[in-house]
Amino acid sequence: MKATAADTAAQSAAKATAAAAEVPTHVPRDKRVRRLGRGDRLVVAGMVLVPTVLVLGLVWGPAVATVLLSFTNWDGIGGWSSIHFVGVKNYHDVITIYPPFKPAIEHNLLWLAFLFLLPTVFGIFLAVLLDKEVRGSRFYQTALYLPIVLSLALTGFIWQLIYSRDQGLLNAVLHTHVDWYGNPHVNIWAVLVAASWKHTGYIMLLYLAGLKSVDPSLREAAAVDGASEVRTFFGVIFPVMRPINVIVLVVTVIESLRAFDLVWVINNGTNGLELISTLVASNVIGEASRIGFGSALATLMLVVSTVSIGIYLPTLMREDKR
Amino acid sequence: MIRPDTEADYLARMVPPSFSGPILGRRTLFRAALGAGAALGLAACGGSSSAGNGSTGKLTLGSNASDPVPKKALQDVVAQFRAGNPGITVAVNTIDHNTFQNNINNYLQGRPDDVFTWFAGYRMQFFAAKGLVHDISDLWTGLQGYTPAFKAASTGADKKQYFVPESYYPWAVFYRKSVWKKFGYTEPKTLDEFTALCQQMQKDGLIPIAFADKDGWPAMGTFDILNLRINGYQFHVDLMAGTESWDSPQVAKVFDTWTSLLPYHQKDPLGRTWEEGAQSLQQKKTGMYLLGLFVAQQFATNEQDDIDFFNFPEVDPAIGADALDAPIDGYMMAKRPKNEAAAKKMLTFLGSAASGTVVGRSDSGTLAANTGSDTSSYGALKKKAAQIVGSAKSIAQFMDRDTRPDFASTVMIPSLQSYLKSPKDVAGILKSIEQQKKSIFT
Repeated sequence: MKATAADTAAQSAAKATAAAAEVPTHVPRDKRVRRLGRGDRLVVAGMVLVPTVLVLGLVWGPAVATVLLSFTNWDGIGGWSSIHFVGVKNYHDVITIYPPFKPAIEHNLLWLAFLFLLPTVFGIFLAVLLDKEVRGSRFYQTALYLPIVLSLALTGFIWQLIYSRDQGLLNAVLHTHVDWYGNPHVNIWAVLVAASWKHTGYIMLLYLAGLKSVDPSLREAAAVDGASEVRTFFGVIFPVMRPINVIVLVVTVIESLRAFDLVWVINNGTNGLELISTLVASNVIGEASRIGFGSALATLMLVVSTVSIGIYLPTLMREDKR
Repeated sequence: MIRPDTEADYLARMVPPSFSGPILGRRTLFRAALGAGAALGLAACGGSSSAGNGSTGKLTLGSNASDPVPKKALQDVVAQFRAGNPGITVAVNTIDHNTFQNNINNYLQGRPDDVFTWFAGYRMQFFAAKGLVHDISDLWTGLQGYTPAFKAASTGADKKQYFVPESYYPWAVFYRKSVWKKFGYTEPKTLDEFTALCQQMQKDGLIPIAFADKDGWPAMGTFDILNLRINGYQFHVDLMAGTESWDSPQVAKVFDTWTSLLPYHQKDPLGRTWEEGAQSLQQKKTGMYLLGLFVAQQFATNEQDDIDFFNFPEVDPAIGADALDAPIDGYMMAKRPKNEAAAKKMLTFLGSAASGTVVGRSDSGTLAANTGSDTSSYGALKKKAAQIVGSAKSIAQFMDRDTRPDFASTVMIPSLQSYLKSPKDVAGILKSIEQQKKSIFT
């Protein structure tokens, strides 16, 4: 089941539904609707129906199915008759006897905090530097953005070459014997560095694009008023960049909630690298097929995502309207 | 939990199944659609291809042999089958090894190929019990050359046969002859001799036992062999089947013995792949390595003769050392094959000595399961491997094949890794395993 993908898709699509749902409420109550020709009405109906069917079928359908399946012990084999309702047993098991669950929650939170504090801030810093048109800024831009272009499998492999305990670059250069991927106290940080490697370039590019669109006269005005570079940035540029800031924040939250691929490539999310998403995958995908149990994990992840997005987005929107 | 055979395979493993998964899903859907269409067409014609006597028609064979060497071996086998049965056309659908395994549930419930590759033991019994594969007990009356252990590994819980063994490889303790000759080591027969050997190796500046468990499955091999030596084959089978308890004193004893051996194991196994472990053996940094025969892949061609191995030594004289892990690969038949007669003909051929001869010759990593097969193409290593398995009284399949797949992957891999992280916490880990086992085996 594509629970993890569906969840993130659900988040982004939720906005789309909201937008799509608004269209019909504005139109049909008005008398002018009757003046629309038959063709126009068909087009409008189609425009409403097609996205609704797609969103319901591809996003909400699987999401609701996941929630329902989380109350069963289905193993993915057989039809309806083989699906047995077991109440909240899966949730009970997840919380009481499933050791990887607690570290997974902690790691997801750590991931969120780390991405916010380091790569996001660093990416913004790099964008500001590059915006100064330093010599060779094209080269730096390309170099810093390169990690985004590489496929995830390749990223995992590159870092494996660096982090390998016996044959890795890092231990060879530092003359150490640190087990970067194997030591459960170290590996989450090693992976966060690798994740930051990708995330920094992404944020840098987003922010750089925003900086380029800032009206140069604002800077000139600030300079005329005698503001320092730092003061100009925090006092003038940063507030003007509000839309980009929102995008950067949302991107970071989504990135950390859906953190999955890098860890999966390294060790399928075991041994100190547990994340909710990898637990869902290892239970649902493959031969294991603990569909019910995995769905319970996916539902918990959906709840966490919905709550954080639910608190977060309205706050931002409200501030925007002000 | 597959042993990657080549570097390409290893790289392929790094692609998350979420990437490769949907491809098969789509393919399966497509095939299901095709199959449904074909079935309608046939029904309309009032005829059926399965009505033939087996000497004609089209046969599909689903294969997980995606690596070059096993793929070539299967091609050779199919070519020989075609030579004897010119009326049957065989279409081989090769699917990436991991993808095949990860999608087996969907595959079997969709429109599977008439004959397909799978593993012996519990993994076979699981699908047999679910009614997803065809009983082939009638074929087994005609099959020659299989030892009772191989027949048992092909038999479901209902005492019917569902599986035709093709090849296997043993797990044993591998070492380099040149290193052992240099230091004058001899193969240990008991745990005490084994421990003494480890201590001597440490004095000689070697790491005694290579060890790697980044992927989670190799440590299962160590658990398996210790449990087989300490508690015997029947207890191991019952433990895997979920009837024995994991927080029993017997299992605790296995972990205690393991803990006593841990100081001789290579440090930090959780960050090391089995390939890196095998390379440490190849580079003469480690003295021995408990692994499957596939360890030889990490050695150059001119080093193959330098590899030797011994059966894991006896721990308890009352139990002996006549059991080992030797995973068997083979074939099964779909529940509703499109061409049943041809499928049975194919399976009979796959179970023949002639087919085993071809496999044994084409694939250096595995041995022919049929004892009647010609083994003159084997090197010294394979000859010894055949001999050690032939003389074993009981053969286990390896933990991830002997127990429920969900239990092996979602409980045992994390649990064994936590044990290796904190060996002192055995009691807590075993209690947790037992709780999760009870929840899964219900």
